[in-house]
Amino acid sequence: MMSPSAGATMRACSSMNSRFGRWVVSLPPMLFLLLFFVAPSLIMVVASFRFPGEYGGLAPLVDQGQWQLTLETYRFFFSDFIYAEIFVKSFGVALATTLICILLAYPLAWLIARSPKRHQDVMVLLAVLPFASNFLIRVYAWMIILGPQAAVARAVNSLLGVFGFEPVTLLFSPFAVLVGMVYVHLPFMILPLYTNLAKHDPALLDAAQDLGANAWQRFWKVTWPLSLPGIYSGSVLVFIPVLGMFAIPDILGGTGDILIGNLIKEQFLGTRDWPFGATLSLMLTLVVLGLAGLAAWLARRGVRRHA
Amino acid sequence: MALLELRNLTRRFGDLAAVDNVSLSIESGEFVTLLGPSGCGKTTILRMIAGFDLPDAGEILLDGKNIADVPPEKRPLHTVFQSYALFPHMTVAENVAFPLRMARCDKPVIKTKVQEALESVHLWDRAHAYPHELSGGQKQRVALARSLVNRPRLLLLDEPLAALDAKLREEMQHELIDLQRDVGITFIFVTHAQDEALALSHRIAVMNQGRIEQFDEPSKIYGFPRNRFVADFIGNTSMMEVQVAEAAPTHLRLAVPGLGEIAAPPREGARAGRRGWFAVRPEQVRIGPAQDRELENHFCGKVRSFIYVGNVTTYTVELADGTPIEALLSNSAPGRARFFEVGDDVAVSWRHDAGVFLHE
Repeated sequence: MMSPSAGATMRACSSMNSRFGRWVVSLPPMLFLLLFFVAPSLIMVVASFRFPGEYGGLAPLVDQGQWQLTLETYRFFFSDFIYAEIFVKSFGVALATTLICILLAYPLAWLIARSPKRHQDVMVLLAVLPFASNFLIRVYAWMIILGPQAAVARAVNSLLGVFGFEPVTLLFSPFAVLVGMVYVHLPFMILPLYTNLAKHDPALLDAAQDLGANAWQRFWKVTWPLSLPGIYSGSVLVFIPVLGMFAIPDILGGTGDILIGNLIKEQFLGTRDWPFGATLSLMLTLVVLGLAGLAAWLARRGVRRHA
Repeated sequence: MALLELRNLTRRFGDLAAVDNVSLSIESGEFVTLLGPSGCGKTTILRMIAGFDLPDAGEILLDGKNIADVPPEKRPLHTVFQSYALFPHMTVAENVAFPLRMARCDKPVIKTKVQEALESVHLWDRAHAYPHELSGGQKQRVALARSLVNRPRLLLLDEPLAALDAKLREEMQHELIDLQRDVGITFIFVTHAQDEALALSHRIAVMNQGRIEQFDEPSKIYGFPRNRFVADFIGNTSMMEVQVAEAAPTHLRLAVPGLGEIAAPPREGARAGRRGWFAVRPEQVRIGPAQDRELENHFCGKVRSFIYVGNVTTYTVELADGTPIEALLSNSAPGRARFFEVGDDVAVSWRHDAGVFLHE
């Protein structure tokens, strides 16, 4: 039999151990984030207030004992309406992509969640299978699919011709950008939605039906509100990457289809105006953080209510 | 006319007949329990009445009309699910309002009816709570209020007390009895707990392997079980294999091989020479010192074991031929928890009109 004080000591030791253990476990990811997220972010913040270098890059931070900082890039950003326009357009594309992803992913996720348990894993695997091939290859594949010589474009144009419309080009258009965006991000909507829908208690639908709800009412009054947390997390996973995406508009979009991502990339690699690139990317980060906070708040409220 | 009538209802799952040619007639205002071990088909019957499952053969008549083609949402009856199935994203009041909203009632009507229903289960003060903020008993009462709010013709209850602890279960039993009496709606209750069935029901249908073994009032089921299964399933019973020695209109004489003869109350269809079983309840059996020979049916034996449960002690006495007989002794006098020890020589006896002869 242990004396009570010995027990207390051991408890104290084990609680110290577990606290120490928690530190040890969380240290590597914390260091990683500090080094590769917090530090670069701070560098970006500072960079947005600096002068551009003569041949690109950044001018020295301290010159002749003077701090070289300026608000010039911010003045520039707000002076021209075109940047706000590109922001709005990017948000439009991100919003449209998210909505289309919800529309496409919902029935699919529902189907997977309602399938027999032993089929579900295979179906989820199929949904994420595209990730097995390279992102750029998949996007380039769409260039071929949507190209003017491909069956899709010819079928669309011959159909338009029947009704007397002018032929259209599918590739290098906002439409192609949207198709690419939806295609690449769809699995990010399917997975959280499936996870959510699979958790629903089937007895709730029985109860709703028993209490007089038809199929439509069962969906809108029970399934839909309960799936909102899944929609929120899926939307975050789709909306935010789409907002910063530059590869897809580069490959599938026309010259006019510039989004924020392209604009930022252009500042760093094209015009080599690093401070302005940093400003743009900082603005994007702030907006995204704000939206993510809003989404997290919505989801948490949803989870609390739906727990 | 009966409110609900099941006619030759059959439901098969593969080769197994989960419900096997069941006929049952339930009157308006009754509290009927389907009682049986798990897998006996009681829940399948409930699901067929609710419309979630369809019979392979037979009919379900509600007010004399076959409801086979009526989908669950159109049947004038509700189910209280074992898991309660409260909508987690709705408040208590919204949950209770759900069937009214589905029936497109007017807002003021919904408001008063929801209040009425919640007051009847003493939960009006929790109207704005969410289900996860409620205790098990409260969830149960919300589920009841939700099912009763638009006055169904029939309420089906699928083991609704199974998830509650013993104390709460007893409380809810009282509440269910009161509620059913107050609202006057017919209840069909499914359970595998015989004490619940006996406490709650006007009539009990004891089920086994898809068939109804006996459909009767609780006291008849307990006192006059029709066969071995019913006697065994409801309450504790000691059983002996017997042969009828004499069948008089007033009594039976039963020969127990290796033990002698016992006197038993008369039973329809018991003729001399017939084999069967004699069943006697522990509370009918008296246990006393070995020399006690007051009653007609008495046997000597040894105490094999006993179980002390507080108010009573149940002794298992082994007779000369090894037959175990259970006897119940009340512990009404404090400090006298038990009178006998394991291994004591005792006599067990019961009145000549106690127990029952079973054909099968």
